[in-house]
Amino acid sequence: METSLTINGQKHEVNVPEWTPLLWALRDELKLTGTKFGCGVAYCGACTVHVDGQPVRSCQTYVEDVADAEITTIEGVDSDVAKAVHQAWNELNVAQCGYCQSGQIMSAIGLLSENPKPSVEDIDSYMWGNACRCATYQRIRAAIKSASEILEG
Amino acid sequence: MSVKLSRRSFLKSVSATASATLLVGFTPARILASGHHAGEFTPFIRISDSGTVTAIIKHFECGQGAATGLATLIAEEMNMPLDQVEIDFAPADGKKYANLLFGAQGTGGSTAMANSFMQYRTAGAAAREMLITAAAEEWGVSPNMVTLVDGQLSASGKNASIGEFVATASQMEVPAEPQLKDPAEFVLIGNPNTNRRDNGPKTDGTAQYAMDVHLDGQIVAVMLRSPRAGGIMVSMDDSDAKEVPGFIRSAALPTGTGAIVYAQNTWAAFQSRDAISAEWDFSNADNRSSDQIKADLLAAVNTDAEFDTKGTPTDATQGIENAAQVISREFFLPYLAHSPMEPLTCTIAPTETGVILYDGCQMPSGAQAALSAVLQIPPENVEVKTLYAGGTFGRRATMTADYHVEAALAFAFNGGQGPVKLVWSREDDLKGGYYRPAVAHKVTVGLNEEGRIIGWDHRIAGKPIFKGSPWEAFIVQNGVDNSSVEGTRDTLYEFDGHYVGLTDDTSPITVNWWRSVGHSHTAYVMESMMDLAAEAAGQDPVEYRLSYLKSGTADQNRLAGVLNLAASKSSWGEPLPAGRYRGIAAHKSFGSYVAEVVEISGDVENGVVIEKVTCAVDCGIAVNPDIVVAQMESAIGYGIGHVIRNEITFTDGEVDQWNFPDYEPLRIHDIKAIETHIVPSTLPPTGVGEPGTPPSGPALANAIAAMGTRVTHLPMTSNGVSFF
Repeated sequence: METSLTINGQKHEVNVPEWTPLLWALRDELKLTGTKFGCGVAYCGACTVHVDGQPVRSCQTYVEDVADAEITTIEGVDSDVAKAVHQAWNELNVAQCGYCQSGQIMSAIGLLSENPKPSVEDIDSYMWGNACRCATYQRIRAAIKSASEILEG
Repeated sequence: MSVKLSRRSFLKSVSATASATLLVGFTPARILASGHHAGEFTPFIRISDSGTVTAIIKHFECGQGAATGLATLIAEEMNMPLDQVEIDFAPADGKKYANLLFGAQGTGGSTAMANSFMQYRTAGAAAREMLITAAAEEWGVSPNMVTLVDGQLSASGKNASIGEFVATASQMEVPAEPQLKDPAEFVLIGNPNTNRRDNGPKTDGTAQYAMDVHLDGQIVAVMLRSPRAGGIMVSMDDSDAKEVPGFIRSAALPTGTGAIVYAQNTWAAFQSRDAISAEWDFSNADNRSSDQIKADLLAAVNTDAEFDTKGTPTDATQGIENAAQVISREFFLPYLAHSPMEPLTCTIAPTETGVILYDGCQMPSGAQAALSAVLQIPPENVEVKTLYAGGTFGRRATMTADYHVEAALAFAFNGGQGPVKLVWSREDDLKGGYYRPAVAHKVTVGLNEEGRIIGWDHRIAGKPIFKGSPWEAFIVQNGVDNSSVEGTRDTLYEFDGHYVGLTDDTSPITVNWWRSVGHSHTAYVMESMMDLAAEAAGQDPVEYRLSYLKSGTADQNRLAGVLNLAASKSSWGEPLPAGRYRGIAAHKSFGSYVAEVVEISGDVENGVVIEKVTCAVDCGIAVNPDIVVAQMESAIGYGIGHVIRNEITFTDGEVDQWNFPDYEPLRIHDIKAIETHIVPSTLPPTGVGEPGTPPSGPALANAIAAMGTRVTHLPMTSNGVSFF
């Protein structure tokens, strides 16, 4: 069935069963492949997108539940927080294989948007659900700190 | 192309795949002088008319930094900023792009930089000389008057972009021995401030992985596999799958190993497979549970070994019988899945003459051979488009090219008419085999009255990785698969009475190289036993290890060097605050030497906290020091994450683990800090992707032992240790 989704500020019609996970509507239907499939059970965070500004796991978010929401994917982030996060990620060479990093960055933007000066404990607690099999965690922590400093100016 | 497979030709092709030859010889041919396509300077450099230099990367990029590393070599020799060199992955061509240490095109064994260092530098220097010669001829000056800096050629007042000379220079004969830069002049090699070339696409979502491939007309295939290793499918019922929107059809494989499920998209494919029921014949399967597997492996190390791989049992027994103290421990290390972040996937599409494979391709020569064998087309008609790989840790290359064969079958059973994308789920990844083998070790050490080792009886049991594979001739000698014993019989510690025995496990459970291969278990055992011996001798663990590296070979000096560096950077000799404990381990693998100190707090009942890991690495010249540091961080996290809580277990032959909730990855809070120190070196570069892993587990184990609990069966959380 046709569902209208608002993604990165644009309306898209997707023709999928309403109980289709948002992840697969984004990836397979709309070809927005920056959002990644890692586990399918909301346990790795690679599929993190923002729904009305809040990070959610798109693999466990169903199309019918977000028909009226503003969805933002890695392709659509451009806030000051997002720019600071991108800058910090690049300066600290965080990414290795890179596959989880869209999700890491979407979570980091979520964290800094609600808590501009997070402690290490805040970072570890907020980012817990984003797995990185390359174990880039030391740099993720440092990059979030660095992005916080960039935002402080 | 279109494919019609009869049952007979199908079976023939499958058996051909199993023995497909991956190796084309070990002689690194001089291949610089090939090509002469416009703009192609050696197979490794392409320069456009506008002067854009592209490094053609013969290795895949799975996060280890090979793409940046090889581009750095070219940028250095061409006097260019690294961020002006573009990267592109090489096509499949086992002659031009062979890994010089394998003789076939592929990545593994932490060899990308080691085998490419001179080759890519030489390519860069050749391109520089060709461009300079072209400019010198045009300008009528001597070549030594012409300079090349930042893509600009200059001589006596004349200036031009290299783009202006690409057409003439690329037609010249490639100099066989161009003048390489003096290492004293290096600007990029060894520079800690260079950035990765793949940062941009990996942070804005545009990096293309195999999972991101969407071709016109593409359908998705998933495999229904036996829940037990060695099971055969007797019957299946897909009537419920027909109700799933997007389901296309299913096809049972004639080999009985399972079925292919086709659907319009990934989600429909997963749902369709879930709706299929199947009956299996498990009479030739491994139907054991983990308790039995463990008991069988431990029994094998408590009897005579199948192979004496170093010395004889008598060599060790003499010392042990005369010893003042004897220490004996059994170790068990479980099956482990690699679980790269991107589940396995690849896409095969028809071309006019054959097929093209889209893949985060770790072993193009192997994938090419596999597709060629299954589809019965010449290997050269199999193109490979290598995309970024979302991690591997060894999983994207197997001896059987397993997922490439699956994809080829899915393509063939669809008639070869259109693109077919094979996708694995995380559940497939955990249940689908090709694990780090489960292994048992038993070590009995005899110490004399001075605490010196006078007998070391070491027995190992596990399934060999290389036996029966196309690589067997290179790795297996006198029946001994070196990957089962590497890191034990070749230890750099020197002591008398050293015996290493090996017994092969023959379970049908498939096994594979897993980040650091044999070293992933042998280092745990060797470095735990060295710690136990030091403790029994009443000596400091660092001093005790150093005392066995006293002959002064270059190897021993380098291991001693990292031991000393890790000790000094972690203030090893100084007392720790109350409640803190530390352990050390050191190991050589893949040509590199790594020592790590792990500092912990807490306690084993309420939770150990990993406060800090201090790492020292000697990998020869560090081409990109920041990537070396990143690889140590990665390898330490990977090693510690698995040692603390990961295992693949079986109940009546079926894998118990399902998804990340019960194969819990390392998380951000698990390690509070990692600090890496690189030994300055001018020696040729050696591996960095794997060597950080082997010492991480035993360094943690030795710290926990200092807390009072010696863990010899893994993972730690299943054996009495909790983590915070």
